[in-house]
Amino acid sequence: MSTLLEAHQVSKIFGGGLFDKRVTVALDDFSFAIESEPPRVTAIVGESGSGKTTLARLLLGLVSPTTGQVRYNGTDLQKLPKQERRAFLRDVQMIFQDPYEVYNPFYRVDHVLETPIAEFKLANSPQAGRALMQESLRAVGLRPDETLGRYPHQLSGGQRQRIMVARALLIRPRLIIADEPVSMVDASLRATILDNLRQLNREYGISIIYITHDLTTAFQISDNIIVLYRGAVAEAGDVDLVVKQPKHPYTQLLIKSVPEPDPNHAWGSVELTEAAEPTNGAATVVVSHVAAARQHGGHLIQGCTFADRCPHVMDMCRQTAPPLFHIDPGRAASCFLYREQGPALSSELLNDVMAAAGSSTRSESAPPSIAP
Amino acid sequence: MQPGILQVQDLRVWYHTPRGPVKAVDGLSFSLQADERLGLVGESGSGKSTIALALMRLIRPPGKIESGQVVLDGVNVLELTEEQMRRLRLASIALVAQGAMNSLNPVIRVREQIADAMRDHDEKFSKQEADARITSLLEQVGLNKDVADRYPHELSGGMKQRVCIAIAICLRPKVILADEPTSALDVVVQRQVMETLGRVQEQLGASVVLVGHDMGLMAQFVHRLGVMYAGRLAEVSPVHEIFSEPLHPYTQLLIASLPSLEEKGKFQGIPGLAPSALDRPPGCAFHPRCPHAMPRCSVDDPILQEARPNRFVACHLYDADILAKANGPATAVAT
Repeated sequence: MSTLLEAHQVSKIFGGGLFDKRVTVALDDFSFAIESEPPRVTAIVGESGSGKTTLARLLLGLVSPTTGQVRYNGTDLQKLPKQERRAFLRDVQMIFQDPYEVYNPFYRVDHVLETPIAEFKLANSPQAGRALMQESLRAVGLRPDETLGRYPHQLSGGQRQRIMVARALLIRPRLIIADEPVSMVDASLRATILDNLRQLNREYGISIIYITHDLTTAFQISDNIIVLYRGAVAEAGDVDLVVKQPKHPYTQLLIKSVPEPDPNHAWGSVELTEAAEPTNGAATVVVSHVAAARQHGGHLIQGCTFADRCPHVMDMCRQTAPPLFHIDPGRAASCFLYREQGPALSSELLNDVMAAAGSSTRSESAPPSIAP
Repeated sequence: MQPGILQVQDLRVWYHTPRGPVKAVDGLSFSLQADERLGLVGESGSGKSTIALALMRLIRPPGKIESGQVVLDGVNVLELTEEQMRRLRLASIALVAQGAMNSLNPVIRVREQIADAMRDHDEKFSKQEADARITSLLEQVGLNKDVADRYPHELSGGMKQRVCIAIAICLRPKVILADEPTSALDVVVQRQVMETLGRVQEQLGASVVLVGHDMGLMAQFVHRLGVMYAGRLAEVSPVHEIFSEPLHPYTQLLIASLPSLEEKGKFQGIPGLAPSALDRPPGCAFHPRCPHAMPRCSVDDPILQEARPNRFVACHLYDADILAKANGPATAVAT
């Protein structure tokens, strides 16, 4: 088992200038590794301001972490030698949310497929390149003769997004990071695109990080899930465990709020604490606290980020950030309600939980009661 | 069915472009009962937002309401003068638009923005009366009364959307149109906003038309659901029946395409692409994608008919049922 890409105790803060004493903590002490074997689909779920897009940008090296490291094959992404950097750019591909913005309207769509072929010398001749393009388009269910030679505006949003999946496939990466790939696509095409991604994972052995706000599609296509809330991991592990028997109060709230497409399955009763909704999604802390936290390591945010919305909040929740408690073989939740049900893990041990999640036999035991 | 609070008859809204008219809404009819929550669901380009604008008579060139009738509480709003229509908006029919929260004026406090809406409709009241009404409006949408003295940027997305609902109901309209009212909100907040809208609707005894693409939200909120395809209704049925036994093949495929938290792997895409509004296929617009297409589907345009009690569908598969019902009451005894 080799680690392909790894976030090691990564934090990212934004803002905090000369006069502004408050900074936004987009991601707080996050560790996670993507193994190349076995290839898994990992969902990263969170609402706006949870840090999920920041995480994608960190993993791609588009922004650098404030503390911690993102490592590719063990080397810090910021210090990759040129040769390794090329390998990284090939191994890790991105699918963005908006299938309209990634195309240059003046070029035919062929251009987005031809460029990587030329750049990475994927084909020896133009004919071979053409064949490769056609093959990857067919793999995502597009007809090459109806797709190639067209301009972006002549294709629908769903077709454009599938071309991006085809492009990712063409390069044969080891990891695809897909940031909300279907949030701008209609229901009828959503299933097809998600199926394409799943297929890339199963048939081509590509690991996938599926970043989304949509718990339902995450449940459908992923093996593992990480639920982020305001920059911190709320709960992580096997997707069936987390969705069917959520432990963290935030995950429970989230799952009960999903509108099921079934009128007989009404929205469950949820304790909604009024005015508990943060005005700004992301968490903010004062600069001086960041400096202190940096010296001692650990979390930048004081206390649990969910404390002000949590129906089970306790005094300790406001004082210390809860560590991840390893409550099932394939699941950990960062909530003090479970402090006696499993050992506390330091953040970088989340990987062990995730590795166990895929292989663990599902725990069939009744969920422990929630009341502390 | 008795005439409802709002009746739409054969409404057509076209956008005139150099390449020909884009028929965004092309022959839409439905009726809304008092106290009813009707959902209109459709994919992008099915004409659902155009309907909301057309009912408010807010279509701007190159768009034009070509024909049809919109009868609101006995008045055909398409025949009113602009000034009469202006008075009707908000007082009788109000819109909570997609991303309405971004339409709040950032430099004016919430109190002034609500008062402004009431004043614009010649409501005469003293400062105390206005304050009392604003407080009660904010209470109705589940907000604290001190929200009135805040600026929009001091509120979260869900709170802003609830302020917009408060503005929409300030003159107690009979019909509230909600066009994707929660599309930019997180699920937890979405639920709070929808529950607020539902509560307000019940308190006022108003009707709601919820326009959107999210079948899950529809299942949770509406009483009756209309499924739009290419500018028309493919099917209108009570929500429980449409989910348990969808009649139109498009509705069947749409429901089969929905992922659920219950079961894994039970959703699939709909083959083919939605038709261009510029170039509507002849006959039934869905026939190129329909698994049950028959020869007549590419020639004959099906009309929306009552195939089962209270269930309307535009599909030739049900022609026999409808014929049987028309021919003899003995063969179509509703049980």
